[in-house]
Amino acid sequence: MSKGDVVLLDCWVSPFCMRVKIALNEKGVEYKHREEDLFGGKSELLLNSNPIHKKVPVLLHDGKPLSESTIIVGYIDETWASPPLLPSCAYGRAKARFWADFIDKKIWRTNGEEREVGTRDFIETLKQLEEALGERNYFGGEGDAFGFVDIIAVGMASWFHAYEKFGGFKVEDHCPKLSAWLKRCKQRESVRKVLPDPEKVYEFLLMFRKMQGLD
Amino acid sequence: MADEVILLDSWPSAFGMRARIALREKGVEFDMREEDLSNKSPLLLKMNPVHKKIPVLIHNGKPVCESLVIVQYIDETWGPESPLLPSDPYERAQARFWADYMDKKMDSAGRSALWLTGEAQEVAKKEYIEFLKVLEGELGDKAYFGGERFGYADVSLIPLYAWFYVFETLGNYSIVEECPKVVAWASRCMQRESVAKSLPDQYKIYDYFLAVMKKRRAQ
Repeated sequence: MSKGDVVLLDCWVSPFCMRVKIALNEKGVEYKHREEDLFGGKSELLLNSNPIHKKVPVLLHDGKPLSESTIIVGYIDETWASPPLLPSCAYGRAKARFWADFIDKKIWRTNGEEREVGTRDFIETLKQLEEALGERNYFGGEGDAFGFVDIIAVGMASWFHAYEKFGGFKVEDHCPKLSAWLKRCKQRESVRKVLPDPEKVYEFLLMFRKMQGLD
Repeated sequence: MADEVILLDSWPSAFGMRARIALREKGVEFDMREEDLSNKSPLLLKMNPVHKKIPVLIHNGKPVCESLVIVQYIDETWGPESPLLPSDPYERAQARFWADYMDKKMDSAGRSALWLTGEAQEVAKKEYIEFLKVLEGELGDKAYFGGERFGYADVSLIPLYAWFYVFETLGNYSIVEECPKVVAWASRCMQRESVAKSLPDQYKIYDYFLAVMKKRRAQ
């Protein structure tokens, strides 16, 4: 169901890249992904395609570059119509965009680095997200279907294990509904194909922290 | 049924300005309510419990928060014959990119250039000028960021102009010298009634800034 050539400049551990891959999978779009070497230096293609931020993910659609994961997911939704990721009414879309923005502001720093703040703050933020979920299966989407906010949020799943180990807590103890939502998301093929092994993420972050002199 | 549109706002806020411009572009009548940010109203706390910030658009009792979310909501709800976002998905992504870029820069360089001192402020000042130069490059020979028509990116970026005098004076440089195209673009935008009505005078913003600085020093 591809409309043209789709290439993703990618990094296996990045939750932001995961968003784009999940969105493409949901839409049934075939794409090539090119793994950027985090420690070997950024590729020419990446630096040329995203000269301002120089970051992954970058989506190249027929050679035209797009950056910023939330914006890319919006683009994917508007370019490949089915299934729709955003609700059809303006107010529902505004709510979805609000929560996507919340996730970017509060759960990740805007520059995407690991959040080195108190566990308590992190758990408080997760609780706010859990409250937004309410009794639904997913954040949606139209009705209670898997959609935009779920895609923006679910990359967290692979990083939780690492955070739990660093912080000495279990997300499930504090946010059982959010935990259940994550399990539900992981049952979708579009998500399962993309999320890395949480243990591998933990090892990566451990190494990364050591390199940064944090441990 | 007549729409009830309330905007909880604060006159110097660049984010509030975006919402005002968008509403005026669409010819929407609204009730702009000034918030005292040191003493937030119960309505604000009720309508934006998560962030407790302005602007908040309240449309027939339902709140919309975050300035760019508000602008898109306004675009999708009113005036379909004069859209702010282009129809092509790639161009829409570009417009959103520039609005997001401003948010990221204002969060770091913008804030630091205003409120920090010494070395940190110098670094932030350079970063802010770099940011304006990127905008200068992107603008090129275009009339507006989106091309021929005033649109979403322009609505998002033009509130910068209200704060130019503050940044210039603090940093001791001239924005028109560093980025003449950006200043020409800003003047072009200011000719639109929606923008002229929504942006406070640069000197008023400067007085406001001085007053806040004084208060902070006293604390």
